[in-house]
Formats: sequence, structure tokens, C-alpha cells
Amino acid sequence: MKRYSIFAVAREALRYHSGWERAWRSPEPKKRYKVIVVGAGGHGLATAYYLGKVHGITDVAVIEKGWLGGGNTGRNTTIIRSNYLQDPSAAIYEKARSLYEDLSQDLNYNVMFSPRGLLMLGQTEHEVRGYKRTVHANRLQGIDTEWIGPEQVKELVPIINIDGPRYPVLGALLQKRGGTARHDAVAWGYARACSAMGMDIIQKCEVTGVRTEGGKVQGISTTKGEIDCEQLAIVVAGHSSVMAEMAGFRLPIESVALQAWVSEPIKPCMDVVVMANTVHGYMSQSDKGEMVIGGGTDGFNNYTQRGSWHHVEETTRALVETFPIISRLKMLRQWGGIVDMTGDRSPILSKTPVEGIFVNCGWGTGGFKAIPGSGFAMAELIARGHSPLTDEFGLDRFREGRFIDESVAAGVAH
Amino acid sequence: MLSLTCPCCGITAEETEFAPGGEAHLKRFGPGSSDEDFESYLFARKNPKGVHFERWRHAYGCGKWFLAARDTNTLEVFATYKAQTSEPPADVIAKIKAKRPDWEGYK
Repeated sequence: MKRYSIFAVAREALRYHSGWERAWRSPEPKKRYKVIVVGAGGHGLATAYYLGKVHGITDVAVIEKGWLGGGNTGRNTTIIRSNYLQDPSAAIYEKARSLYEDLSQDLNYNVMFSPRGLLMLGQTEHEVRGYKRTVHANRLQGIDTEWIGPEQVKELVPIINIDGPRYPVLGALLQKRGGTARHDAVAWGYARACSAMGMDIIQKCEVTGVRTEGGKVQGISTTKGEIDCEQLAIVVAGHSSVMAEMAGFRLPIESVALQAWVSEPIKPCMDVVVMANTVHGYMSQSDKGEMVIGGGTDGFNNYTQRGSWHHVEETTRALVETFPIISRLKMLRQWGGIVDMTGDRSPILSKTPVEGIFVNCGWGTGGFKAIPGSGFAMAELIARGHSPLTDEFGLDRFREGRFIDESVAAGVAH
Repeated sequence: MLSLTCPCCGITAEETEFAPGGEAHLKRFGPGSSDEDFESYLFARKNPKGVHFERWRHAYGCGKWFLAARDTNTLEVFATYKAQTSEPPADVIAKIKAKRPDWEGYK
């Protein structure tokens, strides 16, 4: 792999950019790998990357049925934050956020991490109390967040309407080192680094079955033939239940559609991320100038990667109340992704009833922010059979009632 | 947008008039059951990509709960039927089979 640098740009500028090589190889699958990761999204590629970088395991294949980063990695609103209430969540999300800080240098690929600051608006007394509690929890967890008043919100976000027709802004939880990153670049950067370590990334290869013998994984059947492995990591977000069914167990997961959309590009007008959870919408401005908007999920099981129109209407209405300036913007694109929701709205990073199979799923509506931390923890779980970051996120927590309840913790958007 | 017909009042309406209620035909396990049964009753879901049996409530209509057979991969609704049954009736199964010959049946 040739390194990207200012010198490489200068060199290529002098020879008509004829020397750039492909960022990753696209090989045919081998017969056998030590570890197979199913799903070449951010989480799958990050898992493979840290397996190689931290644990020295490079006999790895990443199998993808579509194209690399074409699932939820390419469908989210790119927000990064770690202001969660519960300790296990804060630990893994903050690990992810801190890895994002120097991910561009680590991968030699510009992921455009922009810690521009993130506000979660408090618009009811309950929400204010909830967020203040989160700030206190974050202080104990060593995460830098603070509570600010409505005047400071207005100062940070001049386009906001703090008097609101329905819900005035009473203050906000501010995480200064939260922000956004370029979502595709995160997948591409990890893929390039994995490929450089000798790992095989195999796209357009759908898994059709999981072979097990005596309760132990043997390999997978794919549209490109049989592939054997010692360990199998299922990192397929919305399709986790489908893969689990192939392997012979069930997950506490339901797949639903979550939508996002962007406006036409306009001049820079908002340099922080704003989440308004009471009226239910969140918005940031991309580097291209588009207002990137997300809202709520559908309530019914869905694998179609398109959601219901009324969610677009509800969220846009809520954000027009909050930011009157956007009322005349045209909407440019809308899309949906299939998110894997657990009962406690926390992820599952766990061993499974089948020996050698691991799952990393249940990130639901907030997986992008967690990519580096999730991959780091998952790699440790696979390589060592145990990770302090994943201990609390096991499948057994549902049987034992040890929920990591973020669904009522008011630290999340959904 | 999803359209459903309420089998209780006969009205066909868009999804905004209904409230989804998750997987149908769950067998309830209460006190005295094994941990495994209780866990699977509360949390483990089939979540299939394809034919799904699910609960809906006609929230902004007659208010009654009913059941629907729907393809989660195409959003096609095969049938809606009354909730007072522990498994899908034969005519609903037949309707699904007619449209999805490869479907492995209700499990």
C-alpha cells in the first residue's frame, strides 16, 4: 500500500494522477480462514482491522453481500457522541469517540472527523432533569459534557428558535468533542488498512448458510462457494436475525426502518450538531452545505430499506419549528436503513450458543458513532475470548435481567 | 405507505391510523416457567425476512387489536384476521401459499 501524503499528491499532480492504486484488493475467497467476518460495514471492517492491528490475526476474510459500506454505514447521519447515561455504554462509546480523534492518522485515510460540538436540547422539565443527570454521570465516567442555558444555546446556534411555538428551549447538554465524520471514508479507510494487512475483502458474496458440527462452527456457504473458518463474527446489523436463523439460534432483535434525508446545499449556517428529542428530530450541516436530518424509526418489522412517509413529515415539521430558517429549503434526497433494535436499546457483543460464532449487533439507531470502539472491543472478544468493554453486552443479560437500559435513559435519540 | 384492513370494523386505512404491536402468536410463559422459556417469550423474536405474523391495533378507529400476515421484505399484506386465535387460520395460510409457494409454512 502506498501511503497517502502531501508528497503523494504533489507527485501525482505532476504525472496526471496516473499512479494512484486501488485502495483495496478484491480477491476470490480462499478455502479457509482463521476468522471470517460477515458484513463489510464499518463495524465488520473495524473488527477485522483491530484483529490485525492489536492481536496480530491477519488470516481474516470480510464477506459482504452487497458493496462495502453500502448498508447502514452509508445511510446514517454521521453523528458521533458518547454522552450516554449507563457506565457500560459510556465506556464503549467514549472508546469509539476517542479512537475517532486520531483515526485519520491511524488509518492514513482522511475520515474528516469534525468534533464541532453536539447539543441535545432540553425542552421539557423532565428532559432537563434527565440531561442534568446524564451530565453528572458523564462527569463520573470521565466524559466531558456540560449543561448550558438557553442564551448559550442561541449563541452557539444563531438560527435556532429558543422560544418555540410548542416547546421552548430550556437549555442543552453540550458535548464539545462530539461531532461528525465522513461515513463512507470510515468504511473505506478501514477497508484499505485491512487489505494492506493481507486480509481479503470479498464483496457481492452472499452468505446462504452457516455450517456447524457438534455445536461448533465449521464454515459458511456463500454464493462464491464454501469457506471454512475457525471463528465466525456476524456483524450484519439489520440482517442479524436472518444470519442467526442460519446458525440455529434466535436473537432478541427486531429489524425496523430508520430514515434520513438532506436538504439542498446552502451556505454555512450551523457549525454544531443539534438534537431535539422532545419534538423528535436532529440536524447538522454537512461540509457540502446540505442540512442532514434524521428522525424516528417505524414501529413495524421491515427489511425494505425504505420507511414510511409520515415520519419524514413529522420530523421536518418538528425541525421547522426549531429552525424556522429551513422552512423554504428543498429536500434533496431521502433514504432508509434497516436497524436492529434490542429491548434495552443497547448493543449485543457476545459469544453465542454455537462455539466459535460471535455476534456484534443491536446497535439500533446509533451504530455509526460506535464503529471504532465496537471493532476494538469485538476484536478483543474474538482473539482473547473476553473483553472488559463487552462484558456487560452479552446475550445472557436478557435472561438474567441485567439490562443496560438506554431506552428510558434520555441519553439517546430513540 | 402501508394500508391495512381492520377485520373487526372492516375499514381499510393507512398505517397512521394503526399502531403496530410486534410479533403475533407468542405463547405466554409466566411465573413457574423455565428461565429459557421466559426469556424467549419476552425477548427472542423470529424477525424473519419474509412472511411475518404480527399484531396491530386500530388505534384511531374501532380501537380493537387484530393480526396481520405481511411480507417484511416487500411490505405486501397477505391477510388480516381476528386476534382470538393461537395460530394463523387455514385460509390465511392458503393465501400466503398461493403467493409464496416456497414459503416453508408457519413454525
